[in-house]
Amino acid sequence: MNGGHDLGGAHGLGPIDPEPEHEEPVFHAEWEKRALGLTLLAGLLRQWNIDISRHARERQHPVDYLSNSYYENWLAGLETLLKETGMVTAEELSSGNVETSAPVGLDKKCVKASEIIAILEAGSPSHKASVTAQLFDVGDWVQVKLFNPTGHTRAPRYVRGHKGIISEYYGSHIFPDESAKGKTIGEPLYNVVFEGQDLWGDDNDSTIHVDLWQDYLEKPS
Amino acid sequence: MKNKHSDVHHHDHGEPPSDPVLRVKAIESLLVEKGLIDPAAIDVIVEAYETKVGPRNGAKVIARAWTDPGFKSALMEDATAAIATLGFTGRQGEHMKVVENTDNIHNLVVCTLCSCYPWTVLGLPPVWYKSAPYRARAVSDPKGVLAEFDTILTENTKISIWDSTSEVRFLVLPQRPAGCDDWSAEQLEKLVTRNSMIGVELALSPDQLKEIS
Repeated sequence: MNGGHDLGGAHGLGPIDPEPEHEEPVFHAEWEKRALGLTLLAGLLRQWNIDISRHARERQHPVDYLSNSYYENWLAGLETLLKETGMVTAEELSSGNVETSAPVGLDKKCVKASEIIAILEAGSPSHKASVTAQLFDVGDWVQVKLFNPTGHTRAPRYVRGHKGIISEYYGSHIFPDESAKGKTIGEPLYNVVFEGQDLWGDDNDSTIHVDLWQDYLEKPS
Repeated sequence: MKNKHSDVHHHDHGEPPSDPVLRVKAIESLLVEKGLIDPAAIDVIVEAYETKVGPRNGAKVIARAWTDPGFKSALMEDATAAIATLGFTGRQGEHMKVVENTDNIHNLVVCTLCSCYPWTVLGLPPVWYKSAPYRARAVSDPKGVLAEFDTILTENTKISIWDSTSEVRFLVLPQRPAGCDDWSAEQLEKLVTRNSMIGVELALSPDQLKEIS
């Protein structure tokens, strides 16, 4: 979707204003720590995946998305998913008091403190055998489709319609656009390199590498 | 509870409004009472990312690559496997790719769509990496972005930007600074900053290290 999150090339957002590296704490407030932990732990109940989770943040009104701090966006996404999966109600979130029970059996999936480190160290690889054949090879010219999906996608607006060259084939990975709808299918994944002047104009001499699934790509017209 | 458009305001980082404090408390107490979350697990996660999983991991990878040609080839060939030999595996590092700076190429990593970042080697991302202005301009005005970090490249250096749109996570291999030819890997690690592994800065020179330590 062309939401407030798709920021590549946007202007008017002010200076970056980085904190000096040696002075910046990992968290800037206690609530951020709880927001991170709650988001990870709620995710481990497996009622949604990472793409559904990203989409829940992106679905916010762009004014909210851009006004919120980072962890406020995480909180907003978490609240949306907790409500949509029936884990909590809007009334419970407002009052903080339990009024309904969680979906039956879900408490059996509660991850214990003693299990966390092993889970973090194992990670969750996104490899998945593809249902479609690999169409492109390294060195091939490709063109990103000119499309405007209203759901979740990982094809940023700034590359749509543009031509680039395949610089790497990563194998087949879970396709986010379908994964965000709860459907897990594999799709060939490539790194595509674009010339800065093609994306941004003649005075840009950089190159831009973007990971793109085969479904986003076609042979150049 | 939710932000109304009429009272939208900019939150400077470091000044959390009280609203998220209350929201977090509500979510935590509800999920704990329903038996869905072990609150002690939150503490374990926070401790891991505050004390164990951070940019010192990445610095070990880089210093090893600077001093061990065999490791460096392995790292460029299959970064995930090479990094795993140092014990850094897991969440947000399942598919790693290392991109090397040279005299002619300088690499810069961003995630324009969210905040994808190689947690296993760099920990959680800094506020500026997740900020709208960085995500917006890293891909379109990399020289301007680098200038905001006081990083000026030579005329003939081309910038190569890596937008993290998939689950592949990028780590920049900075150039080894001059004046540290006889340094051990352990000494070299101190020159490898987090920002140099994202690509917004170069690795510290031995003189710069002296100044800050």
